[in-house]
Amino acid sequence: MADEVVLLDLWSSMFGMRVRVALAEKGVEYEYKEQDLRNKGPLLLEMNPIHKKIPVLIHNGKPICESLIIVQYIDEVWHHKAPLLPSDPYQRAQARFWADYVDKKVYPPGRKIWATKGDEQEEAKKEFIEILKVLEGELGEKPYFGGESFGFVDISFVTFSCWFHVYETFGNFSIEKECPKLMAWVKRCQERESVSKSLPDEKKLLEFVYYLMKIFGIE
Amino acid sequence: MEKKEENQREEVLVFGTWANSISGRVEIALKLKGIPYEYVEEDLSNKSELLLRYNPVHKKVPVLVHKGKPIAESLVILEYIDENWPNSPKLLPQDPYQRAKVRFWANYYDQKIIPGIYTIGQSQGKERDEAIEEWSELVRVLEEGIEKDFPGKLALFEGDNISFLGIVVSSYACCYPAFHEAGSVFLSWEKNPLFWSWVNALRDYPLIKEKLPPHHRLVESLKAYQSRFS
Repeated sequence: MADEVVLLDLWSSMFGMRVRVALAEKGVEYEYKEQDLRNKGPLLLEMNPIHKKIPVLIHNGKPICESLIIVQYIDEVWHHKAPLLPSDPYQRAQARFWADYVDKKVYPPGRKIWATKGDEQEEAKKEFIEILKVLEGELGEKPYFGGESFGFVDISFVTFSCWFHVYETFGNFSIEKECPKLMAWVKRCQERESVSKSLPDEKKLLEFVYYLMKIFGIE
Repeated sequence: MEKKEENQREEVLVFGTWANSISGRVEIALKLKGIPYEYVEEDLSNKSELLLRYNPVHKKVPVLVHKGKPIAESLVILEYIDENWPNSPKLLPQDPYQRAKVRFWANYYDQKIIPGIYTIGQSQGKERDEAIEEWSELVRVLEEGIEKDFPGKLALFEGDNISFLGIVVSSYACCYPAFHEAGSVFLSWEKNPLFWSWVNALRDYPLIKEKLPPHHRLVESLKAYQSRFS
């Protein structure tokens, strides 16, 4: 019986993009269903009643929620191709640690850079750059966070790269200047089809943010 | 002993604190698997050089050090223990879908239930009452969710042994008598009878029982913590 894979997602979500990249890496065919988060449909509410959030992967009718949990699930089910986590337990622990770091640390200050102003925005910008520098330190001289191969940590973080243009525009800074090695890594990742096809255009995201600000009445 | 020899020993260190429910998770998992380890008590108001070297990113406990290599974040450590020592008993189920569900609820407990306990402890009066209400609702979601996702079994145990989820949920919740005595009441017997029955079952489990922080010392520590917010 063929696998039925459905992804409930939002085009602009860096969390949803992680799942798209993982599925593409594995060559898994799936049905993409765009969600309207201001008007949540019955399928989303049924499949993620607890958090009511995207992404949700529905595999043969069974829902899996939380982007990093979904990516690990994908790696475990479609294990015959493109392993996303290393095989050594210690390396796997390091990958989980850094993916968890990205998951907890990057989004909040990033969001504040465009959604706030004045001191709050400045604080957020400083924090954001600091976090990026920690990640750049962890990357070191490796081509990918996973070492020679693109993997779990790369997937967890690369999806923020299409949002860099938004952060730079609002925060008035250059990520290339602050973290050149990280930008080199971004470009390397973007050469992968799984990444280039899963991430939206950065200019479209900027327009989207302007639109969000208008409807939420943010100046 | 020569440094080279030291690194080659199957040496397992656990950095934790006596009151820390989270470092307790690591010790329980190691004991369950029958893995010998050395425990290192940390004073969080005066962190050791070693801790800062082993966990420079978060500077927190618990940290597991195996053959000189450190791992931080309790859920990451638990998965490492299960993978590096794959002997029975297993902490996580084998099936990917079951594993995803266990990870989801472990994550929920750490992101929602534990912070909720802090919110209660840090608030007073009406704010506290509201915090308790909200927390009770979060627990209700946990109760329903675990029942639905793991029908017909107590997900906190796997046969006679405690499971991954049991180890996670035992943190903080199993210390409720100390919280209660210190005045940080988050007990919600009527609203969450199922959750508290799980917690009592966990408290009776030998490995948890022997790892509980000393009651009176914890009460004093909690009282001191709360007085900072009154």
